[in-house]
Formats: sequence, structure tokens, C-alpha cells
Amino acid sequence: MTSTLRKSFAAVLCLAAGTVAAPAADIPGAVLTASCFTCHGAAGKSPGEIPGIAGLDATDLAATLARYRAGDPDATIMSRIAKGYTEAEIAAVVAYLSAQ
Amino acid sequence: MSRSTRRQFLQMFGAASAAGLGVRPTFAQANGRIVIVGAGFGGATTARYLRQVAPGLEVTLIEPLSEIVTCPFSNDVIAGGTEIGAITHGLGPLTAAGVTLVQDRAAAIDPDARLVRLAGGADVPYDRLVLSPGIDFKPGAIEGYDDDVAQLMPHAWKAGPQTLLLRDQLRAMPDGGVVVMTIPANSFRCPPGPYERASLIAHYLKTEKPRSKIILLDGKDNFSKQPLFEEAWAALYPGLIEWIPFAQGGSLLRVDAASRTVETEFHTQSGDVVNVIPPQRAAAIAYDTGLTGEGDWCTVNQSTFESTIAPNIHILGDAAIAGAMPKSGFSAGSQGKFLAYALAALQAGDEPPAPALINTCYSLVAPDYGISVADVFRIGPEGTLAAVQGAGGVSPREASAEVHKREAAYARGWYASITSEIWG
Repeated sequence: MTSTLRKSFAAVLCLAAGTVAAPAADIPGAVLTASCFTCHGAAGKSPGEIPGIAGLDATDLAATLARYRAGDPDATIMSRIAKGYTEAEIAAVVAYLSAQ
Repeated sequence: MSRSTRRQFLQMFGAASAAGLGVRPTFAQANGRIVIVGAGFGGATTARYLRQVAPGLEVTLIEPLSEIVTCPFSNDVIAGGTEIGAITHGLGPLTAAGVTLVQDRAAAIDPDARLVRLAGGADVPYDRLVLSPGIDFKPGAIEGYDDDVAQLMPHAWKAGPQTLLLRDQLRAMPDGGVVVMTIPANSFRCPPGPYERASLIAHYLKTEKPRSKIILLDGKDNFSKQPLFEEAWAALYPGLIEWIPFAQGGSLLRVDAASRTVETEFHTQSGDVVNVIPPQRAAAIAYDTGLTGEGDWCTVNQSTFESTIAPNIHILGDAAIAGAMPKSGFSAGSQGKFLAYALAALQAGDEPPAPALINTCYSLVAPDYGISVADVFRIGPEGTLAAVQGAGGVSPREASAEVHKREAAYARGWYASITSEIWG
């Protein structure tokens, strides 16, 4: 395992910490992530002023989403949206986007 | 990350190994004929995603128009901020994605025989039918208002020629003129839309015709994002917008086209420009098929969007009752993506996923001042789509100019993303 990979793995695991016994997200990562593309562009490549989400580092993405989920006051709407998802679902989104 | 380490990573991360890889193998085994009526936000999204998710399904899209003009950003066109070409989208990319496009109007449905009859006379058979037909205006709801009168008092609530008509009437209006807008009671397409329109018209008047004003006659006593709109109106357009709610006699009864006058219980108001947004119901193809039951909108099982009245017909977008989800292009697109996965699962004999849907409605109150409402919707204890508690909500009040500017930029960014994903 490369060190980046180990870091990503650790970060995603951290995200899921506290819900170790919780089952995986019931909704497939592809289905959850499709919602992101409405603003962030098809396949996460944004044609406009909203940042794209394709090809992001999994560690960074997991950390960013965790910050939004905790209610980052600098976010405009992502803090409102991220709170609507479980930690397992956010982990599934991170895993799905990282695998693209 | 190399290919093998990525696989290793996903295998190690148990929570994601089943879910994270996304498309279940069974989705790709789905087969059958899916017929979709309507190439707007709901229908075209479903078509596009079905082609990606379940290539084994035949996808036919029935749409009489060769180009879709979106309601989102049509208010910006009306107020002169955008040309109509920027909100007009061809259907070529859908065909290129493998969707069979039938350029005709769906005239009738035979749910027992599972056929759609086209206006041109041909029958299109389906295994599952997706209806995303949008809205029609309730006939007779406003005395004196019909399609002919709409040429004098435009609704501009279906984008296209009506959008340009209202824009041109505003352009022709002299300074000092009065714009009247009537707004229906709930439910109707795009709950914040009338107030965004009023805002952008006010911006146009303030800039070009500063002695003019706009009067809103409303069929209800409160509206979407009201504190944010009112905060913006007080700051940007003091004295320019007058809102008359239902309780003060705002509900429209009749119109007189010849004198450009509208009449409510307490008011008779004439205008130089009169924009009548009429009461609405599910579009004729859904209504005439009996899919609205006793009401105006189609009732569906909100876990699958399948009609509660006719099996194998799924209805989404403005025409359907989707719990707490507002009737918006964003909602319809979110429902369309989910429905593509659900249909793929159903046609593969699998269990459809649970819906976790999003709506975000941005409104421009000025070209560089945006506000938003965002929510995540899931099936609640009542079996209907409810906003997740503790999440979602509207933009903060008393936000900085920087935040308003970012939200306006994001409104445009959202539009670029959603339209290119659907029609690009």
C-alpha cells in the first residue's frame, strides 16, 4: 500500500469511526453520487462556476465532507446538504468518486 | 493510485466495497422497453441515466418539441439579463447517447394494453412508462383567462414564446408604468419563481424605468424564502414592489383583457403589463388518463414513483406529488436519476435502492445577489418524502455581499452543470 493510499484509507476509516459496527450504506455509492453531479457537473467535471469533484484526493475529499457535515460556516449550501447523509453514505460517495 | 492498489483499497474498506463500486452487476442485466413522455428536467434525466446504468434497456423518449426552453433562468431573460438562446437546449445529445427520440405528442395512454398513442396515430408499447409531462393551467380557474388572453396578459410560466412576450411588453412599457403580477395559491411549479421574477423585473425597472412599480396579487399569505426576499427587496428596491397577500384580498378572481385589468375580492387593478400566473395541475396526458384521481396532481408510491392508480407507470417532476419536495427542475432531475436506478433494478428483478433525493433552488434577487434553499429528502415514517431534520434550510439572513455574490455565481454554475448533464 502506498503512503497516500494508507492515508486515504485511514481518513475514510476515521470518518466511519464511531459507527464501526454500523452496516455499509444501503444506497449504492453510484446512486448517492449521482446527486452531486447536478451541481458539480456530469461525472464531477464542472462546466461552470461550481468547483468540479472529479479526480480529488480521497483524503482531502473525506476531510472536506466531514467538515461540511459538521457545519462549516464558510460553506454556502454544502453544509446544509452534507448533514442529510450518514457517515457511511459519505464514505460510499468518497469511495465511488475515488474509484472513477 | 494504481489499479491494483485501488482495488485493494476498496476491498479493505468494507463499508464501501459493496456500495462504493456503484452500478450493481444486475442493473446491467435489466432488459425491457422503457418509454418516457417529456424531455424536460425529469424525463430527459431519466433517459440519459438509464442509458448509462442499464444499457440493456430500450429507452424511447416522446417529445413534440425539438428544443427545450427551460423555466430556470427564464426570469433572467424576461428582465433582459440573458438571451433566450442561453436557456434553449437541443435533443441531439440524447439521441447520441442511444435514446430513441420520437418527435410527436403523447395523446393517450392505455394502461391495460401498456401502449402510448401518439398524436400522429402510432402506438408505442412499453414495459414501464415514465411520465414527466409537467404542468397545464387549470381551465376555468380564472374567469376570462384563456390561451387567447395569454397573448395579451402572458403567463410566461411555460418558457418559450411566452417568455419573450413578457420581456417585450416590459421593454415597450413607458417609464412610470405599472406591472401587475398575479400568483396562485399552492401547489404550483417553482414556489420561489414568482418572487424571483418580481425581483428581477424590479431590478430592470430600477435600472431602466425608475418611476415604475410592480404590484403582486398573491393567492396565499406566505411564500418560499419570504424573509430573504423581503430583506433583499427592502435593501435593493424600497417602495418598488408592493405585495398584496391573500388575507388582504390578493387572490385573483377574473381578468378583463381589453382593459388589462385584474380583479380580486377587494381590488380592481389595471396594469401596463399584466403577468398572470394561473393555477396549475398535472399536464393533460396525466390528468386525462385519470392518474390524478380526485385531485390536481398524480399520486405515486414515493419509494418508486410508480402511480398508485395504474401499475407500471412512473410519474415524476412537477406532475407528481413527491411529499415535501417542491416542484422544481432540480427536484425533477434528482428524481430522474433515482428513477433510472430504480427502474434498472426493477427490470432486473432486483430491489430498488431507497431514495435520498436533493432539491436546491437558487433565486436571483439581482444579477449579483443570490439566495437559496436546499434540502435532502428521504422516505419518512408516513411513507412519503420528507426533508431530513437537522439538514437543509435557507441561506442565512443578513449575509454579506460576498455571500450573495457567491450564491448568484453558484446559481449560474448549477444551471451550467444540470443542463449540460441532461442536454449537453
